[in-house]
This record gives sequence, structure tokens and C-alpha cells, in this order.
Amino acid sequence: MSSVQIRDVRKSFGNFEVLHGVSIPIEDGQFVVLVGPSGCGKSTLLRMLAGLENITSGTISIGDRVVNNVQPKERDIAMVFQNYALYPHMTVAENMGFSLKLRNAGSDEISKRVKRAAEILALTPLLDRYPRQLSGGQRQRVAMGRAIVRDPQVFLFDEPLSNLDAKLRVAMRTEIKELHQRLKTTTVYVTHDQIEAMTMADKIVVMHDGIVEQMGTPLELYDKPENQFVAGFIGSPAMNFLKGHIRVNGVATFEGPNGVKLPLKSAPAASDGKPVVYGVRPEHFTIADDGADAEIVVVEPTGSETQVFAKVGGEQVVAVFRERHQFNPGDKVKLKPDPDVIHLFDEATGKRL
Amino acid sequence: MAVIAEPAAAQVKRSSLWSRAFESRNFLGAMFMVPAIAILILFLAYPLVLGLWLGMTDTKIGGVGRFIGFGNFVSLAKDSVFWLSVFNTIFYTVAASIVKFAIGLYLALLLNERLPFKSMIRAIVLLPFVVPTVLSAIAFWWIYDSQFSIISWVLIKAGLITRYIDFLGDPWNARWSVVVANIWRGVPFVAITLLAGLQTISPSLYEAANLDGATNLQRFRHITLPMLSPIIAVVMTFSVLMTFTDFQLIYTITRGGPINATHLMATLSFQRAITGGNLGEGAAISNAMIPFLVAAILLSFFGLQRSRWQQGGRD
Repeated sequence: MSSVQIRDVRKSFGNFEVLHGVSIPIEDGQFVVLVGPSGCGKSTLLRMLAGLENITSGTISIGDRVVNNVQPKERDIAMVFQNYALYPHMTVAENMGFSLKLRNAGSDEISKRVKRAAEILALTPLLDRYPRQLSGGQRQRVAMGRAIVRDPQVFLFDEPLSNLDAKLRVAMRTEIKELHQRLKTTTVYVTHDQIEAMTMADKIVVMHDGIVEQMGTPLELYDKPENQFVAGFIGSPAMNFLKGHIRVNGVATFEGPNGVKLPLKSAPAASDGKPVVYGVRPEHFTIADDGADAEIVVVEPTGSETQVFAKVGGEQVVAVFRERHQFNPGDKVKLKPDPDVIHLFDEATGKRL
Repeated sequence: MAVIAEPAAAQVKRSSLWSRAFESRNFLGAMFMVPAIAILILFLAYPLVLGLWLGMTDTKIGGVGRFIGFGNFVSLAKDSVFWLSVFNTIFYTVAASIVKFAIGLYLALLLNERLPFKSMIRAIVLLPFVVPTVLSAIAFWWIYDSQFSIISWVLIKAGLITRYIDFLGDPWNARWSVVVANIWRGVPFVAITLLAGLQTISPSLYEAANLDGATNLQRFRHITLPMLSPIIAVVMTFSVLMTFTDFQLIYTITRGGPINATHLMATLSFQRAITGGNLGEGAAISNAMIPFLVAAILLSFFGLQRSRWQQGGRD
């Protein structure tokens, strides 16, 4: 196990820079998730960490060693690929033992370590099968087994669950987290799925267009997003944004589209008339007599909760209720955001106020 | 049920045999197979059977043959020229196939890498395949000419030899010369097909092997070669069959000479049957190739058949 330091790393393909100076400290044993939309550079960063892409500038160190010019095989890392990259002509046991075989380990040691990893992942009955004969989830576990057998300093996961169906994805999520709690190996995990990031990470790194937007624990990112991008990316359904102005007239309020008034707990100093973006999570709406006028458009019950799409000041917002209101499209209701947990962003810069 | 079944049965009775036949899956299936079977019979089975029959007769051009059983084979067994042609054919096939495979694999690996002017190099590699065989054979004939050979000329100018090489006049020189011509001709097929095979191997396998600690040589040995083996089997089977039955190159460059040193079974068969007029004997020589070809096919079928890992899952 090792810590990992990524310091001011840049990556260009030709003249096109895809990573613009990324610094991420990763502590020993931490489970770090790099999350962001397609093309944000998260997979490139992971591949640079693995040594599959070279580093244009900046340094990456694993433990105390700068690995910029270290061959992938000497970095002591193991990677789980999106398509698993299992060797199709080898059995499960051979796949898992391949790295040990290349290191000239004895056959006793190989079979001992393969057996141990197979037990951890419940792969023992499948050891003689070929990858073709396995289901998606089983292949996924073999790919993890191949990583475990090596007992590396760092595990790298490159969107490992995106080829699985929804139900299996949830199950494997738990399995990977449990595995990490058991082995406590430093893990860097790349995904575009913020739910995966929220549920698994010790620390989330939100990336966008080649920069780090914010890093922190899942709840830090949820409670205090530093900018509008992170606010919109973390949380499902996504946060509602309304454009408008702050009005300080005795009490601070937010004046939104078409004169809609929404409550503020306090206004930032000297901000009267400032154009801002008012962010409120769907789960932070309540039905209250002093709320804003809203007209219900669509009601989507999911059983445990109900998602309600409504028009507030002409803008569509979504609210989530755990209690079972009887709503119908066209109903007029009063929606009130909880002023304690609303978010204000500078309209020009998108930064949190 | 009975109420519905009765009118249906009555209807069947009324309809003609013809329309009933067209509703039968078996009849329709057979009908659809007729064109394919007709083509196979006309162009494959008939010539093959005719060839087998001719080989058992003493037919001469212009004459009607008599069935003589294995007479032709008995006389061939005592014919030293025939046995020389068998030796030549095996030598030609083995030597050319091994080198074609080696060069073809090397070129395929090269073309699979990122290198500048790749598509141009690929086009150049394909050239020998594009040129008509007879044309390239004439070019080789010229290259091997005893007086105008460019190879001899270059070597003499370089001071490496003092007299022109007699490429086609000496038995072993001639054998190697036609083998080289065949290699030149056959490499593109092997290279391009193996390249296609290489491109189906997922790059992430190499990345995974890289992380697992494999050196370049180990990646080739443990990933490329096993993943490529099914394609190698197919390519080499085809290559062996085509080389074994080669006719054009030999017939254009040496006509089987000198003193039958480059006669293959195919050229000998043509010489005896068409030039010499002994259709029966020529057909017998052709038929003698069949066991070798079947052996080559069986070898690749059993030795290199689809391995277990390629077969579909069972769960």
C-alpha cells in the first residue's frame, strides 16, 4: 500500500491540451473516485498513473518514488479495465496467475495465491473456465481477482461497472467497496456515474474539461459544492438552478424569473441587486403556504419517493417528496425551498457565494 | 376443437398436391437447395469424378480410353521422374511455406505498429499479389536469365562474384530460384491476412499484459501468438494448398527443367496429359496429389482446429 501524489500534471495530444495542471493528493489506503462527464480527462489521468500514457509535464509519485519514467510493470499497480481485458485463451486461474508466472513464481505459490483470491471473490468453482464461458459479473470479478493476486501498491479501476446491467452494477458496487474495506489497498476509481462516486468514495475528485473542479468527501461535495458545475453534477435528480437577483430590503430574498420570490437565510455583504443563480436540491422543497406559486406538470412516483416536475416563474423545477401527496398535472401548489440548505452562485463565474 | 379442425381438413383435401407441396417445409427446403447442388455437381463433382475416372484409363488425346484399373499408378510407381516431381513438390511447398509464414508474420507485425507512410507500405506489400502471376513469372525469368540477370550484374559490379550465376541451369539453383519467386508471390496474402487477424486483438490485452509485467517478447509469445493461431491455421492451410498445386510460376519460368529438377506434380501432369497426349497418365499424376492435399487439410483441421477457448460459452 502506498500514497499517491499527482502534482500539476498536464497532458497534451499534439497541440491539444486535455489536462491543464491537475494536482490530487491521495493518502495511503484511500478510495478515491475520479468523476466527471465524458472527455473531462479522468481516464487519461488514470492511464497516466498506470503508465499507459506518458506525462507531458508535472509529476506522479507512488509512495516516495516519482514514476514519470517508470515502466508500467515496475510501478507495482494493478488495473481493472472497462472491458476487463481478460486473456481469452487462458482459464480463469491462468488469467489470475499470469502476472506471477511472468515473475517466475513457483507453481505452488501461484496456485496458493490464485486460490486465496478466488476465495475472496467466490470464483473457486469457475477456475477452470474460459472467459467466454462466464457472465459479465463473473468476468468483472475475474478482472478484480487478477488485480488482487498481485497484491499491488495501488488498484486502478477504469469504469469497471459500465458494461453491467443496472442490478448487477449495484451489487458489484457493494462488492468492490467491501473488498476495499477488507484489503485496504489504495484505490483510484474512474467513473462518470456520480452515484457510484458518492456511494464508494472516501474522497471524490470532480473533473471537468481537464481541471479539478472540487475534491472532498461525498457529503462535503453534496452539502457545499464550490461551484455550479459540481452542484449540478453531484446529486440525483440534479439541483434546480434559477437565475435572478438578490434583494436586500429588510430581509434578504431572491427575486427569480417573472418576479418569483424565494427565501434566503442571509445575503452576502453588499449584494443588493447582484445577479446570482439560486440552487435548490429537489429534496429540499416542501409544500408550504408561504411558498412560491407552482403549477404541476408531471408526477413520477418511484415508490419510495415521488418526483414532481413543476413550473415556478415559468421555469421548470423538480421536487422530490418522500410523503405521498396527491398531485395531478395542472394542480396549483406552493413550493418552498428550505432556506438553510439553498446554494447561491455568482452568475458570471459560477462560484459559490 | 373438432368444429374448427373439420373445415380446415376439408380445405386441405380440396387443395392440389402442388400447392400442398409448396406449404411443406421439407419440399421448399429441398427446392431452395437445388441451385447450389446443381452448381456443385456441375463444376466440382463432375470434373473430380471425371479426373478420377480418367486416371484409371489409358485415354489418349483423340482416342477413347479403356479401363485399366490401377495400371497408371503401377507404372508411375516405377517412374523416377514421377518420384522426382513428388520430391520437388514437397520441397517447394515446405521451403516456400515456412519462409512465406516467417516473412508474412514479420510484415504483419510491422504494419500493425504505428509507423509513418503505413498505408503506402501496405499498398507496396500488396503489389506482388496484384500483378498477374504470369507477368511476375516472366519478370523473374528475366531476373534469373543466364546472361542478363540483374542479380548477377549487381553482384559482379559489387565485386562479390566473378561470373554470372546460372540460376536456372543448375538443379538446386533452379529449385531455390522458383521457391524465391513463389515466396515473393505468396507473402502478401499471408501478411495481409495475418494483419487483419492482428487488428482484431484488443489493445487493452496488451496493456493488461504490460501491467502484468510482460516484456515485448512475452507479449508476443503469450498474447499475439495464441490469439493469432486460428488465423495462422487458416492462412497456412490455404498457402500450403496453393503452393502444392502451383503450376503457373513453374511453367513460365522453367517448364520443369533443368532435367526435371523443378517439375512439380501439377506441371508433370500437364506435360504428360496435354503436351504428351497421355490424358490417363496425366490424370493419374493429378490424382496422386489428392492424398497429400487431404493430409495437409487434416493436419490443419486436427492440429490447429478451433481451440476450446474460442468456442461459445455453455451455462
